[in-house]
Amino acid sequence: MMEWETVIGLEIHAQLATKSKIFSGAAIAYGAEPNTQACAIDLGMPGVLPVLNQDAVRMAAMLGLAIGAQVAHRSVFARKNYFYPDLPKGYQISQYELPVVQGGHLTVDLEDGSSKVIGITRAHLEEDAGKSLHEDFQGLSGIDLNRAGTPLLEIVSEPEMRSAKEAVAYMKKLHQLVVYLGICDGNMQEGSFRCDANVSVRRKGAPQFGTRAEIKNLNSFRFVERAIDFEVERQIDLIESGHKVVQETRLYDPDKGETRSMRSKEEANDYRYFPDPDLLPLIVDEAFIEAARAALPELPDAKKQRFAEQYGLSGYDAGVLTVSRELAAFYETVVASLGSEPKLCANWVMGDFSAFLNKENREIADSPVNAEQLAGLLRRIQDRTISGKLAKDVFEAMWAGEGDADTVIEKRGLRQITDTSAIEKVIDDVMAASPDQLAQYRAGKDKLFGFFVGQVMKLSKGKANPQQVNDLLMEKLKG
Amino acid sequence: MHKKTIAQLSAGLAAGEFSSEALTRAFLERVERFNPQLNAFITLTAESALIQARAADERRRQGAAGPLTGVPIVHKDIFCTQGVRTSCGSRILDRFIAPYNATVVEKFNAAGAVMLGKTNMDEFAMGSSNETSFYGPVRNPWDLDAVPGGSSGGSAAAVAARLTPGATGTDTGGSIRQPAALCGITGIKPTYGRVSRWGMIAYASSLDQGGPMARTAEDCALLLAAMAGFDPRDSTCVDRPVPDYAALLDQPLTGLKVGLPKEYFGEGLDSAVAQVVEEAIAEYRRLGAEIVEISLPNSHLAIPAYYVVAPAECSSNLARIDGVRYGHRCENPKDLQDLYTRSRAEGFGAEVQRRILVGTFALSAGYYDAYYLKAQQIRRLISDDFRRAFDQVDVIMGPTSPTVAFNLGEKVDDPITMYLSDIYTIAVNLAGLPGLSLPVGFVGQRPVGLQLIGNYFAEDRLLNVAHRYQQVTDWHSRAPAAFA
Repeated sequence: MMEWETVIGLEIHAQLATKSKIFSGAAIAYGAEPNTQACAIDLGMPGVLPVLNQDAVRMAAMLGLAIGAQVAHRSVFARKNYFYPDLPKGYQISQYELPVVQGGHLTVDLEDGSSKVIGITRAHLEEDAGKSLHEDFQGLSGIDLNRAGTPLLEIVSEPEMRSAKEAVAYMKKLHQLVVYLGICDGNMQEGSFRCDANVSVRRKGAPQFGTRAEIKNLNSFRFVERAIDFEVERQIDLIESGHKVVQETRLYDPDKGETRSMRSKEEANDYRYFPDPDLLPLIVDEAFIEAARAALPELPDAKKQRFAEQYGLSGYDAGVLTVSRELAAFYETVVASLGSEPKLCANWVMGDFSAFLNKENREIADSPVNAEQLAGLLRRIQDRTISGKLAKDVFEAMWAGEGDADTVIEKRGLRQITDTSAIEKVIDDVMAASPDQLAQYRAGKDKLFGFFVGQVMKLSKGKANPQQVNDLLMEKLKG
Repeated sequence: MHKKTIAQLSAGLAAGEFSSEALTRAFLERVERFNPQLNAFITLTAESALIQARAADERRRQGAAGPLTGVPIVHKDIFCTQGVRTSCGSRILDRFIAPYNATVVEKFNAAGAVMLGKTNMDEFAMGSSNETSFYGPVRNPWDLDAVPGGSSGGSAAAVAARLTPGATGTDTGGSIRQPAALCGITGIKPTYGRVSRWGMIAYASSLDQGGPMARTAEDCALLLAAMAGFDPRDSTCVDRPVPDYAALLDQPLTGLKVGLPKEYFGEGLDSAVAQVVEEAIAEYRRLGAEIVEISLPNSHLAIPAYYVVAPAECSSNLARIDGVRYGHRCENPKDLQDLYTRSRAEGFGAEVQRRILVGTFALSAGYYDAYYLKAQQIRRLISDDFRRAFDQVDVIMGPTSPTVAFNLGEKVDDPITMYLSDIYTIAVNLAGLPGLSLPVGFVGQRPVGLQLIGNYFAEDRLLNVAHRYQQVTDWHSRAPAAFA
């Protein structure tokens, strides 16, 4: 049985979060009525001309700097010519021979805890096409040009991933980065971040790559993984049964979980690329690049490392807390507000807080409990007003809008009992009510200690300070 | 009134000798009377012209008139005009009405000029005789059997026949200068980037440039001042101040160094045309110019390079006209492919289809390097020729076209001969330089044009050099007898 190696390269299209289109002033909000966000330029009317949106260039430069790439001082927009009804000009303006971002790399974290550096070949600016609508028109097709001219950054990796999981890890890392940079909203359902995967297989140790298939338009991490796994199986089966993989473009059908052929290399368009004479070469000077550099936020890897060092967190915790800028900022606000115990803050932010967000599918910005309020709750754990266990109930009440921690604690009478004599009184009551268990315990049945703790907590409605209960019980049970 | 130049009309309006409304009516009457013989117009806008004229008169009463306020002009039908058909001489845009004005149109509107209508042209500006227009050929006012030149043939004929004092044109390989020469008027193609291309339907984007056509250099100066200037909607438009062209017209020519490219006086040049051009050069010598022979050694490569670059760009530029969103759509398309092929086959004429095919081929995989890239390298060589020449001389002179106007139908079946009509003008577009054609005499009753080529942004110098000649000659004020 020969061993196979999978070779994967990804082309990721990130829709840039500019206010207007890449070559026109039309807005690019998602979900507008068809053809309400398309001006004469987007419609490809005769005589109109493109003017490059500088903000798109700034965003491309930010990505370039974030991945350690060369931001090209001179790059060129070309026309990719083909006819399609949702391509209004009969060509797409894209960068071909000279892209704005050249080279670069991304370090991705793999499931086994190791990391791997994936090379990035290039990233180039281009415009999106419109959409063809095939339903609702009784045998005809509708064209919606709202999306036409939306700025895209196509980020092309080297063929350096060796499994679907690696590909997904790379895609997730890039997704995190573009969202961090604020250059893409990362919304995959709306197609703001989508991927074409080039997949081939070869015998382990073979010097040449196998023939690749390109799987188009994968718009979820899950689909990427499934599509690649299916494709790898398909290619291995083909070769092992004596057939050949043909170079082609394939589509992934998420319902059937399989890829199918869209067009072969022979049917591929000849795009007749040539430099767009309506646009001068894009010149990016040092000052522009420096301004983009100055605008870079703290990047995910740096933030993760700082969290681990500054807050004494494990690599895992630091990774989870820095998964997004919003979560990281939330966490840091909690820590700053509480002023100590970063680990306690981490547990709560990653634990109940994240769980509640996920359960209700909310963004941090829409959370009913803000960072200061969470810190207020943690402060009551810290000063022993409530136990960690009761704090969970308080948090739930806060989430439900019952007010801040102190309000909930007062209203519900949840203040922890820390008065020694009060706790001793409860213990005495419990001991008096359980003479049999007391006798057994004193006869050496240590396991019954838990029973007494439970009874004390029950009788105090959970309010007795657990540590004090422990200490005092230990004393008293000895007799 | 129709005999006056724009400068004279402007003065007359300012002096209150006549109103813009009266002037506009006078020209509209002439258009109505003479256009049927010439076919210079595709669309007449008499009604809106009178509205604009009355508004211009009102503006003048309020003391806000500029030099062009109330002056009638016409636009080549390649400039988009909001609410008025812009056909580009093609069936495929026969019913196309743009929802915006070209920058050039906007600038003339802002100056208060009055648009009489839109002029005939070779389809999508592809032609040298105005015979490729869907709306039929334009006739040359000097001889109705002759072509007016192209592609701005309607504008040239309308100016020559005094149906308008001035017009706009566009020039991709000679389309202002060659018809100006063949119709005995003055026209200037500015430096690439001097005039905005926004709203000017693209033929070959890296070569196209709009410019004015009128009887005199002085009038061209007035029109160009209104047309030129930076436009943020055109990325290739140059942000550079516009000189006061009219104020610079009178500089003396003493010491002017004029270069005569030997390549422009060789084989292919009609000897009678050569003689007229030489007489004009002699006149310049008398005006104080120093004449030297120069060489533009790569001139012979201009036509082949042009007929790669221009078709390549047009094959892409015209792809948008696909029958989907606007323009002609075939009846009952079976499917998408049928919609595309029939709409375009029915909508585009033979010459346009020829250039789309040539351009598509030139850009195809495996041919790009041999054709398009090579042609771009030739452009560089041609530009270098001019750069060296302008180290030696101020202005280059030569014939605008190798022959006078030819007869209608004479070259229509022979594209290569037709293409040679632009042999002296095309290199100027490939280099992006300004060029001007002015009338300098006749062969028989057909006019001869002299071409002046200047360095980048030397439009002021070209207009000055043409104007000084027109101060001592009267070729520019001759009118074709039938339209005097």
